[in-house]
Amino acid sequence: MAFFKSILGKLKQGLAKTREVLSVGLRSLLLGRKLDEALINDLESKLIAADVGTKTTTRLVTQIRADFRSGTISTGDEVLAYLKDELKRLWPEEDRRLRIAGAGPTVILVTGVNGVGKTTSIAKMCSHLRHEGKSVLLGACDTFRAGAVRQLEIWSERLGVEVVKGQQGGDPAAVAFDACAAAKSRGVDVLILDTAGRLQTQDPLMRQLTKLRSVIAKQIPGGPHETLLVLDATTGQNALRQAEEFDRALRPADGGSTGLTGIFLTKLDGTAKGGIVIAIKDTTNVPVKFVGTGETPEDVQPFDPNSFVEALFAEDVPGA
Amino acid sequence: MFERLSEGFSNALRRLSGQATITEDNVREAMQDVRTALLDADVHRDVVEQFCSSVMKDAVGQDVTKSLRPGQEMIGIVYKRLVEVLGGDASVEPTLGLTPDGTIPKVAPPPTIVMMCGLQGSGKTTTCGKIAAYLKKRGRSVMLAAADLQRPAAVEQLQTVARQVQDEMPGSAMVHCYAEPEKVAEYGKAVGVAVGVCQRALAAAIKAGVDTLILDTAGRLHINDDLMNELQAVRKLLNPHQIFFVVDSMTGQDAVNSAKSFHEKLEFDGVIMTKFDSETRGGAALSVKHVSGASIRFVGVGEKLDALEEFHADRFASRILGMGDVLSLVEKAQTEVSERDAQEMQAKLEKGELTLDDFLKQMKTLRRMGPMKQLLGLLPGVGSALKDVNIDEGQLDRVEAMIHSMTVKERKKPSVIDHPRRRRIAAGSGTEQSAVGGLVKQFEAASKMTKQMAALSASGRMKAMAAGGAAPDMSQLRLKGSSHTSSIRDRFKKRKK
Ligand SMILES: Nc1nc2c(ncn2[C@@H]2O[C@H](COP(=O)(O)OP(=O)(O)OP(=O)(O)O)[C@@H](O)[C@H]2O)c(=O)[nH]1
Ligand SMILES: Nc1nc2c(ncn2[C@@H]2O[C@H](COP(=O)(O)OP(=O)(O)O)[C@@H](O)[C@H]2O)c(=O)[nH]1
Ligand SMILES: [Mg+2]
Ligand SMILES: [Mg+2]
Repeated sequence: MAFFKSILGKLKQGLAKTREVLSVGLRSLLLGRKLDEALINDLESKLIAADVGTKTTTRLVTQIRADFRSGTISTGDEVLAYLKDELKRLWPEEDRRLRIAGAGPTVILVTGVNGVGKTTSIAKMCSHLRHEGKSVLLGACDTFRAGAVRQLEIWSERLGVEVVKGQQGGDPAAVAFDACAAAKSRGVDVLILDTAGRLQTQDPLMRQLTKLRSVIAKQIPGGPHETLLVLDATTGQNALRQAEEFDRALRPADGGSTGLTGIFLTKLDGTAKGGIVIAIKDTTNVPVKFVGTGETPEDVQPFDPNSFVEALFAEDVPGA
Repeated sequence: MFERLSEGFSNALRRLSGQATITEDNVREAMQDVRTALLDADVHRDVVEQFCSSVMKDAVGQDVTKSLRPGQEMIGIVYKRLVEVLGGDASVEPTLGLTPDGTIPKVAPPPTIVMMCGLQGSGKTTTCGKIAAYLKKRGRSVMLAAADLQRPAAVEQLQTVARQVQDEMPGSAMVHCYAEPEKVAEYGKAVGVAVGVCQRALAAAIKAGVDTLILDTAGRLHINDDLMNELQAVRKLLNPHQIFFVVDSMTGQDAVNSAKSFHEKLEFDGVIMTKFDSETRGGAALSVKHVSGASIRFVGVGEKLDALEEFHADRFASRILGMGDVLSLVEKAQTEVSERDAQEMQAKLEKGELTLDDFLKQMKTLRRMGPMKQLLGLLPGVGSALKDVNIDEGQLDRVEAMIHSMTVKERKKPSVIDHPRRRRIAAGSGTEQSAVGGLVKQFEAASKMTKQMAALSASGRMKAMAAGGAAPDMSQLRLKGSSHTSSIRDRFKKRKK
């Protein structure tokens, strides 16, 4: 992924403060261990503690137990390899790539429930697209939350990009319309739209997303190219409902099958593992594209199933 | 939605109630479902284990296996325990020898100092505004202090919120905002600056003579030592009367980690669960309570500044178990329906001998228990769904009137109701003929169905209640402005910002 190559160096720095995203320096529950029933139980516990959920955990563990009993696998290393494989199969590389428009501006619509990190994640994507040499325009469609427009504006000033905004309390669809028009007339490569946090239970607000989508599609054929759900890694089982409902609300009017095109998993620099994304893949089939690992625009990585799985089974080693 | 959520727990009930004799093994097995239900509700696995073992102890102690209704008894035990654990010392008055006023103590000399803390995006700033509105309504003036110098526009956000509370929320007390916008810095460059801001905010609050000072701090990770030290410094210098830990109620297993660290470093006094309007089951509440011992004080139920409720352990417990307030319903039913009545009803049901008289009796019993909307509100999933729906009690009155206008024979055998009889009944009850026809048709369909159901599961009296009373009743219920129940769910979602 050329998109991220240029920033790999920076990432490594950023990772110094992330404790578990990289397995380096962390001991794993599985590595170098012989498989037995007790270890399988530990593994089950770890998956539950990572918010994978009872259903998906049972599915995974049942498979592993069966393979263990039939003698197909006998070590922790094999389990780790199996799970990595499983996740890679779940999320093939091409699914994790950012979709870019063939011609004209690429539109990325960023959605999610309240406080998950949408605006910050936009700053992150913006920063890295710019490292890539792409021109970026932001659209402040969160006209609801106090200070939301100003927050995006501050990021745009720090990053040196333009932002299209409307009035506080105004119609977000109108802002989206203006932003699309500006993106076309200025010929920018990527337009990223921020939206207000909303709970999947709030029907009128979910319908507002449907409307946003169609406004964009009318302005820019093929858009929005990416509809991302920003998900906080500390979220529990409710994330399943979030994925389902945002996916439903964002389906294209012409009956296309995909609403959401990807997940931006934030706050992985904490102690939460974000295991719910595995369950989401089981139910809603949305791939994870990025992970957020801090509060600055540099704290972002492309999603990597390998290190994600390793982190699930990382043991807390003080000082590591 | 709730149907799915309550599945785990209902399984446990079904397994227990469907058996002639119950062994301790059965109880243990049923506990497995309880365990799954709790995990699905995001209660931390260790907390689940401890909780379940204490419930097992209770169950064995009370010898559920000998009980006539072991399923219900088990639910009762689990629920009671859960309320107990969640409620804990919620009723204990704030310490420090202060005059308790709600959950935010009043002190002399003022101001009462309240500090918010928690992870990023948990809802601290919004909650500051909600608490300010809560106090303003009670005639208490407030100063909000913008001690988040890190998140872009956090200061503007709090200033806006303060203005909104001042201008739009009920009450005449003043709401101020103290801020030092020039101290705002990029991430990581303002660590420690908040301490001075809080000190100066206190001075300003004293000068302004406000009743309460609320400190809005920046969100931080519990593993970020520098930022945790900053909060410790504020705590040391200002010695807040109440420190609230603000948690997103959608939080999963990680809630124990953050709550534990925040509590170790700050010994917070209370917990505020936000975003409870998210249909989450909110098991994090149990985790947080378990590791910190601190009571949950408030629950955030929306983005608006009045969307704050005081915490009720029983409501949370029902939600965690995904069962609505079924227990109160069971209790109510028990006081209204005698054992003999219920058995009689069950027998009639099984034989398909239910008459409109029985139906009338059931309906009256049910209505004696309270307004229909309130009753339905006690059922899992239905309560919140009916929040914005008007149930037409008048419709129920009309059903009663129609049955009252029928002869004994007609009530026993509604199929005899022909056109002339229909006209008479309609005239007698002041309703339309079509309504009479509809009632008869629905009653026949419902009794056919209940007969089949009764044949399938000849069990407990809860079912008799549900089938004999509620089912035909519900079929008569018309929700104003909508004719089919599928729209209940839609309505549930119709909550505006
Ligand atoms: N530690 C950590 N904090 C993050 C991350 N992403 C965002 N945050 C923080 O989370 C908080 C909320 O982030 P925002 O970007 O404002 O979230 P939002 O989803 O736009 O919020 P609303 O617009 O209020 O719904 C801020 O304090 C961010 O600094 C992350 O990856 N790690
Ligand atoms: N639906 C809902 N949203 C809430 C609630 N409390 C806070 N929010 C929203 O959550 C987001 C983050 O809140 P904020 O107060 O800025 O969090 P902070 O970062 O902890 O200060 C905002 O979009 C709020 O509007 C709540 O109880 N329900
Ligand atoms: Mg935002
Ligand atoms: Mg804040």
